[in-house]
Amino acid sequence: MNDMTPTSAERAAKLEGMGCKRKRVEDIRFTQGKGNYVDDIKLPNMLYGEFNRSPYGHAHVKKIDTAKAAAVPGVVAVLTAETLKTVNLAWMPTLAGDVQMVLADGYVLFQNQEVAFVIADSREAAADAADLVEVEYEQLPVNVDPLKAMAPNAPVIREDLKGKTEGAHGKRKHYNHIFSWQAGDKAAADAAFAKADVTIREMISYPRVHPCPLETCQCVASFDKIKGELTLYGTFQAPHVIRTVGSLISKIPEHKIHVISPDVGGGFGNKVGAYPGYICSIVASIVTGVPVKWTESRIDNLSTTAFARDFHMDMELACTKDGKLLGLRCYTIADHGAFDACANATKWPAGLFSIISGSYDIPAAHCLVDGVYTNKAPGGVAYRCSFRVTEAAYCVERAMDIMAQKLGMDPADFRMKNLIRREQFPYTSAFGWQYDSGDYQTALTKAMEAVSYRKLRDEQKQKREAFKRGETRELMGIGVIHFTEIVGAGPSRNCDILGIAMFDSAEIRIHPTGSGICRLGTKSQGQGHETTYAQIIATELGLAADSITVEEGNTDTAPYGLGTYGSRSTPVSGAATAMACRKIKAKAQMIAAYMLEVHDDDLEWDVDRFRVKGNPERFKTMTELAWAAYHEVPPGMEPGLEAVDYYDPPNFTFPFGAYICVVDVDVDTGMIKVRRFYALDDCGTRINPMIIEGQIHGGLAEAFGIAMGQEIHYDDDGNVTTASFLDYFLPTAVETPRWETDWTTTPSPHHPIGAKGVGESPNVGGVPCFSNAVNDAFAFLGSTHIQMPHDHWRVWTAAEKLGLHA
Amino acid sequence: MIPGSFNYHRPKSVQEAVGLLAKLGDDGRLLAGGHSLIPTMKLRLATPANLIDLGGIADLKGIRADGNDIVVGAMTTQHDLIASDLLASKIPILRETSAQIADPQVRYVGTLGGNVANGDPANDMPALMMCLNATFHASGKSGERKIAARGFYQGLYATALQSGEVLTAIRIPVPAAGHGYAYEKLKRKIGDFATAAAAVVLTMKGGKVNSCAIALTNVADKPLLAEEATKILIGSALDAATVKRAVAAAEAITSPAEDPRGPAQYRTKMAGVMLTRALARAKSLAKG
Repeated sequence: MNDMTPTSAERAAKLEGMGCKRKRVEDIRFTQGKGNYVDDIKLPNMLYGEFNRSPYGHAHVKKIDTAKAAAVPGVVAVLTAETLKTVNLAWMPTLAGDVQMVLADGYVLFQNQEVAFVIADSREAAADAADLVEVEYEQLPVNVDPLKAMAPNAPVIREDLKGKTEGAHGKRKHYNHIFSWQAGDKAAADAAFAKADVTIREMISYPRVHPCPLETCQCVASFDKIKGELTLYGTFQAPHVIRTVGSLISKIPEHKIHVISPDVGGGFGNKVGAYPGYICSIVASIVTGVPVKWTESRIDNLSTTAFARDFHMDMELACTKDGKLLGLRCYTIADHGAFDACANATKWPAGLFSIISGSYDIPAAHCLVDGVYTNKAPGGVAYRCSFRVTEAAYCVERAMDIMAQKLGMDPADFRMKNLIRREQFPYTSAFGWQYDSGDYQTALTKAMEAVSYRKLRDEQKQKREAFKRGETRELMGIGVIHFTEIVGAGPSRNCDILGIAMFDSAEIRIHPTGSGICRLGTKSQGQGHETTYAQIIATELGLAADSITVEEGNTDTAPYGLGTYGSRSTPVSGAATAMACRKIKAKAQMIAAYMLEVHDDDLEWDVDRFRVKGNPERFKTMTELAWAAYHEVPPGMEPGLEAVDYYDPPNFTFPFGAYICVVDVDVDTGMIKVRRFYALDDCGTRINPMIIEGQIHGGLAEAFGIAMGQEIHYDDDGNVTTASFLDYFLPTAVETPRWETDWTTTPSPHHPIGAKGVGESPNVGGVPCFSNAVNDAFAFLGSTHIQMPHDHWRVWTAAEKLGLHA
Repeated sequence: MIPGSFNYHRPKSVQEAVGLLAKLGDDGRLLAGGHSLIPTMKLRLATPANLIDLGGIADLKGIRADGNDIVVGAMTTQHDLIASDLLASKIPILRETSAQIADPQVRYVGTLGGNVANGDPANDMPALMMCLNATFHASGKSGERKIAARGFYQGLYATALQSGEVLTAIRIPVPAAGHGYAYEKLKRKIGDFATAAAAVVLTMKGGKVNSCAIALTNVADKPLLAEEATKILIGSALDAATVKRAVAAAEAITSPAEDPRGPAQYRTKMAGVMLTRALARAKSLAKG
């Protein structure tokens, strides 16, 4: 050895493996406008599809006349439910066990519902013709209020389900009822409430919002009549699921369907499901024999493809007088819109909502969720959260503040007292979840110290006095939360989608020169998978991250997987990647032993090589072993260096975090200034700190939007009044606050690399933190709960009700 | 979000534009910056068969002093208004208001003429032009005429501009030296229209209001000149009680619609809050 020989640490740094702030490799093309999105795909002779949509929230469709539309120059065909019936596709199954109209079949059940599909040789002609489809409607009574859906005389939403007393998840209580789902122990919870000193109860609504990816949903369907094969390019978060569902619906054999997700411009849950646009494009391509493209407009996206939330939670907590939690009860009405097209694991109609006990040691708990139909768009997807986890986290974190207020305790102290303690992990919650690892008190303590929490409370006290004296018209609010997520769906014992276990996969092939390709069942929509998966491989195999190509989204080449949503890529496919690496490494070790003429056990791993124990100068690097795998494998060993792993996680992972937000509220206008936002996240092992930070910034910006202004709002006639960016609040860089990010690291004990997933934490934790800050500003005046969104007029109205404008 | 088909015309002179308008009649729509018209066309709420783009008429651009007035060409962009040293020194409220319209990309293209001629009460410039007592110049087949901004707005998208007329310039009297001014606008985010906004230009003499003009944005189907409020304020020292009376008088003339920015009552109250703040700031800037 001489001085020029790199040390282990120097060799490790060159790999850019786990822990490295590696620059995102996909940004080379994204920042130059060289991404390849669905709308960039232009195939020869391609036609364009456009929907005619319902102007009404609920109506009987008496007649559809397509003659004028069909006469527009360039129009090739116009599809209606009648056309689709000839191929048995007027309705399609949903992921939630319901059926959904592809095109209006006798009725329209929400505004902008798809009525007819025009196919033309240009987008312009298709749009012209879609306008000319003549539909005769007879308006019907509308209900957009989930709390009124099960009233005795509520309008019937689903005529097709008349008389059906059984739904996909058991008995239906009412003609607008979809499912009841419960978890926990009702008797134990009731007993806890009976002996409690202090209880609180509050109706906590999480309004309907929309994931709102920058790229809307789109597809290009191309059916090859000669081969009988369908190629479907689309904005799919879960391409394999789309292939399987497509095959089941269309009866085209699965091997003759090729689903390709190219670059996807954000998904956030909106691009998990199957939509009428996909079905119509496929049918149109089969009918016309040429490719057909469907591109959703912003209004279509906000008003028809999957929304999120719309959970209305009647929440109760029970406590001893000194602030020890005893019980939790929650009854929820979930608005699923006109069709139950919620994207959940099939057996979980309310998703993982029973994470609602949050970060707290609550001995007894029970929750019950009733899903209902209304005249609103279908959906209910996990918008940047695991299934219904955001709703649960919002509810419990709001309730914790309300209880602290009633007890006269500081909300941070009340949390600290009830957080699950480090020594309790693995912790089994009253709902039966086994939390894998956590160190909650440390996180909350670090957060409180970082912002000088006690000083903030002192300042708030002074400001409140000044407000009372009339010296200021501003109120200061401090939001503090501790959230726990449940992500990485999921273990096959808990989770499947239409019977397919929610495993995920990685297939790694190392080339002779020591570079390689990794293909996975997940699909990045901007998360940076091409960067991070390569970093896992770099650390596991000792090959530079730059030498690994990561490929996703082509069902012909990628191993089967359930896709990317619910922060599942790192917990599931990340684990599969590590496990596949370990299979490769085991083979490489045997090759090294053969080459070095020692026993396998005499070798030890050193960053990028196997070396002989006690004799570090005798080694074979992984690059050398890759070459050897193709020409001098031990006798009897098959050549090559590749492995595939299908990872069925033994448990979910439970990322957590402590967030603190400080706001100043102008009581005269309702305007809120976010003075400070501190976010501490613990996502277990950190693969790429820069990407984690970026994910947190993005998720917090979304949380800010949701808490401060977003709502998909319907008027009483069923008109959606917030279907464009004029009125749907998408914050810009100007409104978005500055973020302070921090972390602790508590690895998951059951995950091969200890990683837990992070993309969704900031949305889950951010929304209650903002909301608690706003609520906290008014709490000293006796206000317990102000509903989101906290936009100007609602905040002003809260102040008005408290008599602050007198 | 695909507009219907249309013919595109790009005249080189006002005369040519007027001729086209006369020829095309109701089938022709003038295109200035396009930030109102084009979205409306994309939603197919407007389906003009002919668009007459005024962007090619050099005479419609520019800012110049003319005696005690400043004349702004109708196709002058909001960005130009912000960049103008002449306006910054003579009518700073114009610059302040322009900077609160939408975002830089919009302001590079959006024009003063388009903003005032469209008759949209949510636009910021109509109220400001009423506040400043501007005059609009219009050219039609029968020649040129002048219309006072204070008499121009008749209702939602309804103005005194007659069909066949092109609004060519805006003439604004320069407010007295030492005047105070403010445009206070409450909006939900960058790019949004006002929930409510108030424009104030005033002069002070011996600590008392000597002259004053107040106009309100987006709290009725047209911009509002708050004349009663002005009367209450003149001669006062802008003491709290008088301001409160004036604000109440201004609130009384509003009739906002409920929209996602808030219910009518809230928007009326916000007009009052914006006016209160605009008066305070204008007073602090006024000399005398």
